[in-house]
Amino acid sequence: MRLNGGRLAAIVRKEFRVLLRNRFIIGTMSVLPVVFLLTPMIEIFRLGADVPSSLVQRVAGSTFLLLLVVPVVVPAAIAAYSVVGEREQGTLEPLLTTPLRREELLLGKAIAAIVPSVGIAYLLFAIVDGCAQLFAADPAVASALVQSSQLVGELLFAPLLAGWSIWVGIAVSARASDVRVAQQLGTLASLPPLGVVALIDLQVLTPSVTLALAFALALLVADVVMWRIVAAMFDRERLLTGARAQRGPGGGDRDVSPGVVRRIPRI
Amino acid sequence: MTMRRTTGARWFVRRQMGFGFRPATWQGWVLTLVAVGAAVALVVVLRRSIAALIGVVAILVVYQGIAALLARGAGPAGRVVHPAVDGSARVDTTPATPAALATPQAFAAPPALAIPRASATPLAAPTPGPVAAAAPAPDGAPPGLGAAALVVDHLTKRFGERTAFEDVSFSIAPGEVFGFLGPNGAGKTTTVRTLGTLIAPTSGTAVVAGIPLTAENGTEIRQRISIMPENPGLYLRLTVIENLELFAGLYGLRHPGARIDRALEAVNLTERGHDACGSLSKGLRQRVGLARALLSDPAIMFLDEPTSGLDPVAAREVHDLINDLRQRGVTVFLTTHRLEEAERLCDRVAILNTRLRSVGSTDELRESLFSRSLVVEIATPLEAPGDVFTRTAGVDSWRSDVASGRADATAGYVLSVTDPRAAAPAVTRALVAAGADVLSIAESRHSLEDVYLELIDEDPEAARR
Repeated sequence: MRLNGGRLAAIVRKEFRVLLRNRFIIGTMSVLPVVFLLTPMIEIFRLGADVPSSLVQRVAGSTFLLLLVVPVVVPAAIAAYSVVGEREQGTLEPLLTTPLRREELLLGKAIAAIVPSVGIAYLLFAIVDGCAQLFAADPAVASALVQSSQLVGELLFAPLLAGWSIWVGIAVSARASDVRVAQQLGTLASLPPLGVVALIDLQVLTPSVTLALAFALALLVADVVMWRIVAAMFDRERLLTGARAQRGPGGGDRDVSPGVVRRIPRI
Repeated sequence: MTMRRTTGARWFVRRQMGFGFRPATWQGWVLTLVAVGAAVALVVVLRRSIAALIGVVAILVVYQGIAALLARGAGPAGRVVHPAVDGSARVDTTPATPAALATPQAFAAPPALAIPRASATPLAAPTPGPVAAAAPAPDGAPPGLGAAALVVDHLTKRFGERTAFEDVSFSIAPGEVFGFLGPNGAGKTTTVRTLGTLIAPTSGTAVVAGIPLTAENGTEIRQRISIMPENPGLYLRLTVIENLELFAGLYGLRHPGARIDRALEAVNLTERGHDACGSLSKGLRQRVGLARALLSDPAIMFLDEPTSGLDPVAAREVHDLINDLRQRGVTVFLTTHRLEEAERLCDRVAILNTRLRSVGSTDELRESLFSRSLVVEIATPLEAPGDVFTRTAGVDSWRSDVASGRADATAGYVLSVTDPRAAAPAVTRALVAAGADVLSIAESRHSLEDVYLELIDEDPEAARR
């Protein structure tokens, strides 16, 4: 498989342009992070000067968890819209008539969704940490939030969690016939990886750099596998006609025995 | 996995000595500086920590990974220069295997863009590729067909029990405008999608723009053709130019700005280039779709109802555009319901109704379906028309033509003849000899609509539909 950088860049540029012109998406992407920002800020400023370290650790943990929800939730709607949205507005067929490969289309859409999501996640993390450093009554709060395991975790987990959320969303979008259904299912299906982070927060797993790296590695593998799965699921024929591609003498994307055509149930 | 760019310089190149990649352009250096900055920041923040070391290693790995992608897998050797459709050289950094060299890269490249002549850029002359030259011409090939632009041979597509189209064979010569007609559900759009590699045929073969229709050749075929669906499918929030920029990028066009300007000029939309597509009327959107189809300078253009929704003036402009394309050697595959449009524009037409009912020029179809005839109008009815016409040389049979008889007591006859030019003088002499006052004598002309209806009406498929 060869990816063409020019085609990839064209898709990413188009996606950014469409996102920036859609006030609804911009609004959602702006409001959600603010909501996620408010809760930890309130928690941090409620802590007095002499609070037990266990409480500080708990607040830091829940803040960390909340900040990691952002890269999962923010791109979910964009990813869920990616394929079914193109179909609904009639732009998918013209795209598919170009030399664009399915991997390029999907990767371009994923990049366009991951960049703002991770940017927002990092920005929120910086704001929370900065505020804790500058304004928290107890210096222990600031040091609890800027532990190396959390910093590494945020740096690594944010793009990887966003990647997972995006691939799941695109996978649902490639199968769904309705944008709303795709968005609901995409958001739900993107949440499971947060379970590990929740286990850390609940002290079931002890946070450490090793654990963070291991989890990041697992997420990286999951992201790559999901990309390949989604690319395999992206079937031009099914998307245009509703019937899965069959392998005749030419054309199509998939290998299916000649003469066998199955109707694919839509979600 | 290698990242491949057809235009522009590579940001990174593989090191001649050692391993890894080094920056080759300013963009590459910027990326390198960002990576170094991130590594330094990490070390500063996480002093004396194992996380700092791991972070720096991670940054190095990610940086080299990105560099490898942006270097598009290019090594010191293996550059192949292909003549691009736009006539410019295209550097392909894939290894120069014999198979790659045998690919018919430049087949059927149109001689010029479909743009106003004054601003046309000379492009590569059509060069038949090895596959095209060897492609057989099946039934329905136009006379003198050399290297066909499109060869379809016994192509069939079924969706389960339902047959979209079956056993379709025809050929299209380069520069030909080929009409594809048929009732709703006849399989026209599915045929176009199949030839455009969007869906796979169930059986049969095809050669599109010199390239065999296979799953592996999909990208290459789509690079050489353009398809304009009936619904133009534009991004309504983007401007006309932004829509075209997207597709220029997808086709890897050099100098997209100039291409876009010329495409807009060709469809008279230069003034609306910065308008959002959502603000355009249906007709104007159709024109944007046409501009998009012109953009890549395709060898074959598939136009699905290009004048649908256009007012007569705009439709005329599209017709002129198609004629212009023909003159410039672009093959046009025109799907339309407007029979007068097909008759006016197309060199040949095919009538499809799941199976191909007929292929040929409109004259050929007329002759194959209808006997040639003369329509005679005289001042008063003949007393013994049978005596007059059966004795006239060249007349095979005759009948009274009620439709041509008018209220003012004129009479009409339709004479079935083999050669109207030879029979007409003899018929005139016979009528004069019989004392008739001849008002008019002319060869009858059946329209394409007559042909179409004749073919579709006699088709059992149509009756079942």
